[in-house]
Amino acid sequence: MATLVERLKADFRLVEGLKACINCGTCTAICPAAAVSDYDPRIVVDTVQQFNEGTLMELLKSDTIWKCGECLSCKTRCPRENVPGYIIQALRSLSIDTGLFIESEQGQRQLAIKRTVGDHILKYGYCVYVDEVNTDMYPEQGPIWDWMQKNRKEILERLGTSYGKEQSGSLRNIPEESMQNLQKIFDETGATERFEKIEHYSRVNAEKLGVDMDATNDCDYFKKMYEE
Amino acid sequence: MKMLNKNQNWQAYQKEIADDHYYFARSCIRQNVFPAAEDVFLKIIGKELGKDIFDDVRQTTCTGIAYHSGVLPFETTMTVVAHQFALMKEAGYENFVCSCVTSFGIYSEVLESWKFFPDTLKNTREALKRATGKTFEIPSNLVHASDIIFKFRKEIASKAKYRLVNALTGEPLNVVDHIGCHYAKIFPEKGIGGAEYPYVLAGLIDEWGGAQVDYPERRHCCGFGFRQYLLKSNRGYSVANSKKKFESMQAYKPDLIIANCPGCTFFLDRWQYTIAEMEGKTYGNNGFGIPVLTYEELSGLLLGYDPWDMGLQVHQVTVEPILDKLGIHYDPEAKYKGLKNADLGKPIMPENLRCI
Repeated sequence: MATLVERLKADFRLVEGLKACINCGTCTAICPAAAVSDYDPRIVVDTVQQFNEGTLMELLKSDTIWKCGECLSCKTRCPRENVPGYIIQALRSLSIDTGLFIESEQGQRQLAIKRTVGDHILKYGYCVYVDEVNTDMYPEQGPIWDWMQKNRKEILERLGTSYGKEQSGSLRNIPEESMQNLQKIFDETGATERFEKIEHYSRVNAEKLGVDMDATNDCDYFKKMYEE
Repeated sequence: MKMLNKNQNWQAYQKEIADDHYYFARSCIRQNVFPAAEDVFLKIIGKELGKDIFDDVRQTTCTGIAYHSGVLPFETTMTVVAHQFALMKEAGYENFVCSCVTSFGIYSEVLESWKFFPDTLKNTREALKRATGKTFEIPSNLVHASDIIFKFRKEIASKAKYRLVNALTGEPLNVVDHIGCHYAKIFPEKGIGGAEYPYVLAGLIDEWGGAQVDYPERRHCCGFGFRQYLLKSNRGYSVANSKKKFESMQAYKPDLIIANCPGCTFFLDRWQYTIAEMEGKTYGNNGFGIPVLTYEELSGLLLGYDPWDMGLQVHQVTVEPILDKLGIHYDPEAKYKGLKNADLGKPIMPENLRCI
């Protein structure tokens, strides 16, 4: 069985993102995550380029790899053309594929993202959809959103959208053939397997923590992962 | 060495923008949060400029938000992108136009991956064929929708009823431009002006009579952070980065913020509301926020479109201060009405952020 290092090296995002880090810290200086937390992309890259199995495992089990915001400002600035944001993508993939994501508090929260953005793609064909967004989950949407969502049929009609309609235009119902194609692409390319993995490890973790978990977003485990 | 004026440095970066016949790829966030904005764009391109642009009912998300949040393999995103290209091919187009900056970054990343790792292109072709039976062609031209507005900025100016000047004083309005990280930070050569001096929106400000606001945090991220915003528990990341920008720009007294990316537009609008309600701090005059518009909304306003037809009533930061400065006539009573003047009530007004 391949080691973690071998699996990481097989990811072309890692190949693309890591040449040789000179530890200058430019990525950390420009990083919005570093500005608001203890995240330090320089240390992540330096850790990865050592290709040590034990250290890599610790990284995959840590909160660290989940703190990047993927703005990719680091790509513009690195004088050696490293891309810490791409390295993070490879680390996150490996962390989920190996189940190590469940060892960190931030990694565990991937369930909440899978059950919102991930599931919305297969339900609506959009990453986000007006019917699912409310100010309980997104209070910063503000009272204007409450008014818009409550009156969405009338307002979206007045604005000329295709909400609820089978025709081109904004917020249209996406045709069944396209929805089926998305599902088939997810099945073919590993997304369905990844979703199942996130659900599986989350169930195991919920049992370990003694928190109720079911298939809905009303369960305590989802709320814990989304809010706490 | 002769130093160039920084506003001229963008000329080092030019990009090809097709002249006509576009396949339009909609944005998840723009459709939901600014639901009329894309139709304003289509009206400008189709009716004002007389160009052919196709709005395909079959298109889907590019999955970019899910990918950057770490829940999707890149192979899935590459194949969904290939599916979009297959739809474009079937519709008979080859110039692909994205309405979303995240999508523009995703499409650009996928094309670069296919170029430098040819096996990924081969694998994607095979995966799409197995999953859907479809084949695809790589677009001849890939641009963001704002690139087209930029290309035709002079034509739009020639048709405009208003300019970016204070209608009372005749002075240029101070306009902040926010480009969005994934427009040019990933691939500087793919953005007009590059990452250092992006000109795609600054060029609109210059052409349409406004004054660019060059403030210290001009290039800083809005703070979306993908999974950092999507999780309620992590959202402090997002508001803290937007706040950093507001604090930095405030001294320059901006009249308006225009944004390239629908996510950025949303955050720069909604985090002003949040900061006002949490801390009592507002960044506009007299308790208002700084109005935030998309590039299509601004174009539509200058062309004389009704602000309530364009959906400006669903911004949380009240837009009336910028309408008044531009000298735009509007019906205040129509703001919150439905079709045929139907009464839909009014939204609750925030406690601290002044709204109308």
